[in-house]
This record gives sequence, C-alpha cells and structure tokens, in this order.
Amino acid sequence: MGDLVTMDDLSNDEITQILDEAERLIPVAEGRVTLPLLQGKVLANMFFENSTRTRMSFETAMKRLGGEVLNFSSIGTSVSKGETLYDTMQMIDGYADIAVIRHPRQGAAQYSADSVNIPILNAGDGSGNHPTQTMLDLFTIRQSQNKIENLRVVLVGDLRYGRTVHSLSHALTRFGASLILVSPPSLRMPSEIVSDLRNSGCEILETENFKDQLDSADVIYMTRIQKERFPDDDEYSKVAGIFKLSSNDLADVKENLIVMHPLPRVDEIDSSVDKTRHSKYFQQAFNGVPTRMALLCRSLGIDVPKKVK
Amino acid sequence: MSEMRRVTAIRNGTVIDHIPAGYALQVIRMLRMDMNISTPVSLVMNVPSDKIGRKDVLKIEDRELNQEELDRLAIIAPAASIAIIRNHVVSGKLKVELSGELINIASCSFSNCITKADREPLPQRMKVVNQKPLEIRCYYCGKGQSLEELIENII
Repeated sequence: MGDLVTMDDLSNDEITQILDEAERLIPVAEGRVTLPLLQGKVLANMFFENSTRTRMSFETAMKRLGGEVLNFSSIGTSVSKGETLYDTMQMIDGYADIAVIRHPRQGAAQYSADSVNIPILNAGDGSGNHPTQTMLDLFTIRQSQNKIENLRVVLVGDLRYGRTVHSLSHALTRFGASLILVSPPSLRMPSEIVSDLRNSGCEILETENFKDQLDSADVIYMTRIQKERFPDDDEYSKVAGIFKLSSNDLADVKENLIVMHPLPRVDEIDSSVDKTRHSKYFQQAFNGVPTRMALLCRSLGIDVPKKVK
Repeated sequence: MSEMRRVTAIRNGTVIDHIPAGYALQVIRMLRMDMNISTPVSLVMNVPSDKIGRKDVLKIEDRELNQEELDRLAIIAPAASIAIIRNHVVSGKLKVELSGELINIASCSFSNCITKADREPLPQRMKVVNQKPLEIRCYYCGKGQSLEELIENII
C-alpha cells in the first residue's frame, strides 16, 4: 500500500490527481508558504547508486513539508560489508515511515517493497523504472502544453538502458501519445516494452533519424548515453555523442515544442538551446520538488489541502 | 497404444504422457530427478502422437508425483497427461496446470536482476504474462525469459 515501483501502481485518475496536488504545492516547494503536512514523519533516502537531483529534490520536498530525512549511501555502510538488500531494508523498516530507493540492480525496488511494511518509492532500479521522474516529466509537459493527452513525443538517446524513458513511455501511452523512438540500433527500447506499448495501442516509430522528427513534435525528450551502463568502453565510444540538439535545429519546430532532459546532460543538448523558449529541463528539475511532495503525501496517506495558502 | 509398449508397463508409479518430443530429459530435470534417481525410470522419445504429433513418455516406478511437482512441468509440457499407477491399474489421472505465477521454479536469466545478488532471501518469482504463445517475465526485473533460459535456470 502506498508503494510506487512502476507506473502501473498509479491509475490515470491518480496521476491526474497527483499532478493537481503538485501544482497546488508549488508555493510550498518555492518556500513562500509553510505547510508542515509531514511533520513527525521520517523519510529514508536509500541511495545505493549516485544521484544528485532525485536525492536532493526528495530531501527538499520532505523538509519543506516539515518532515525529517535520513540519508543513506552504500559506501562506508554495512552494505560494503556484504549485507543483503533484504537485511538493509529490514533496518530501515524500523527507522523510517517511508523510503526512497535507488539501486544499480533491476527489480530492487519491487524486491524492497516486498521486504518491508513501509511504503517504497522507486527512484531508479538499474535500467528498469523511474516512476517519480515520470511524474515530474508529466507535470512539466502539462505545465507547458496544458495537457498530457494525445501528444507526439520524440524520445532520443539511450532507450535501452534509460530507465526514465521506460517509465515515461508507459505513462504517455496510457494518455494516447504517439511515440517516436530515436536511438542507435544497439540502444533500442527493450522488446518487452515496445511490445507492451504496441499492445496498449500506441503508435510507435523506431528510427535512427533524429532531425527529421523535430518539426512535428510536441515534446523532444533527450537522454544521456549512460557510460556507466555499458559493458565496455569500446561499445560506449561507438555511440557517444551520436545525437546532438542545438538551437539551429529548432528553426522550424512547433511554437510550443518543449525540449526536456532528465539531466545530467553531457553534449546531447547544446547550451545554445538553454535560452530558447523551448528549453524546459531546468524547470523540469525544479518540478521534482512539488511532484515528489505530492507523491510523499500520497504514499503516507496525507491529504493535500484543496487550497494552499 | 502401440508406442506405450515400447517399454514394459509399470506396476506402481507415475506415467507422464504427451511430453513434447525432445523434452523428456528436461522434464526429468524439472522434477529434480536427474541428481538422485532412486527408482527405475523408463524413457520413450519421439514416438507418434495423435494429439501432439510427436511426443515423449516417462514412466517413473514406485513414485507418485503430486500436483505441486507436476505443475513445475507446465512451462514445457502444458499438454502432459499423468496417470498414477497402483498395482498395474490407473488409480488417478492428473493434468498439469500453468498458474499465473511460478515461484522458485526457475531463476531469472538477467545478470543485473536483484535476484542475482548474493544471498538475497526472497523467492524467485516469474509472472506468466501470456499462455499462448507462452510469455514469462521475471516478477522483479520484468525481463522476458525464453523457454531455453527457463530450462537452463531451473532451480
């Protein structure tokens, strides 16, 4: 109860409700309004893998709502002594009211959710899922497009190992998106996911041709080619830097096209894009705070007031 | 019935019929009988079958398999029919059933699945996403498992 492991854990109505709540929480996320909804609650930030935005935005979200945060990293703890994930999670079950977990192994969030009683939020499991990122992505899309239904979305880069695009493509499909999947052949979206999306009625185009897809798009979602997920450097260097977006590419795009990126970026979005009206990736990073506030409240069974003042 | 007489009838035990041709050895493995067979086992392979074209048959003497053991066969021999023999007479007939989930039957084939980490205690779980064609995925990591991988990774 209250777990968020994959986007399947949320109905479309729940997604919409959480986005509405996140919107109401923006003044709290910005620190303009004090709202201690989670006072007395403790969040365990369980990061077995590096994170900047996700860890910090969860921490800010919890603190802005009056809660406390325990930060865990696998370096220098019992994990480096060989403790199992199961045992580590048993400990956290006794220390915190809710846990956010990021882990290099796929399935670790589901495994954790099955191991403990407290709610588990998946903040990335290997190349699996990253549903809280998807929620802030949907929030960002809705903010700019005023809707999340029936959009034409171009997902670019590492679609094989990129967990953000795995969760996002599932969610967008449920809202009637057509998806253009742009990747080198070695980094195509896993076949299980493509088959699920097609079975759900999603119109999908898989291509290596990036620039042709820009003009008809409502959303361009760039991702980093993740060096750390490659078995060896040779394989990585074959595809590194393959897709690059610069402001010159945006001459003929739709007026309200938005360019998104879960960050960190390397060289896939040139800094010339930053100043265009299309760039939303820094806004997207901020949106992690109100969205994760709403998700923490949902998992802890706390109602977000209809009016936040 | 002529193919059934290629080996002698058994007095007591279990006959597993309508195993897809070529899979009898895997069935033996799935029943965990490859390591410690204590009773005679007769094996007939690749005989004609009206029902499935070609089939394998196993006769296991002095051992009655239970439903839980038989359900392990569901992924490779979903059409198998099983007879429990007592004193040369069929005393019971059983079918294998493919349930929605396979628990501790095969381990995940994906090297980066959480279940591949050392000493993790939770059970191996596979979801049956689709029966025909058979589609099975790891409950934890979601990776699809081919039949060959499942057989390779039988626990």
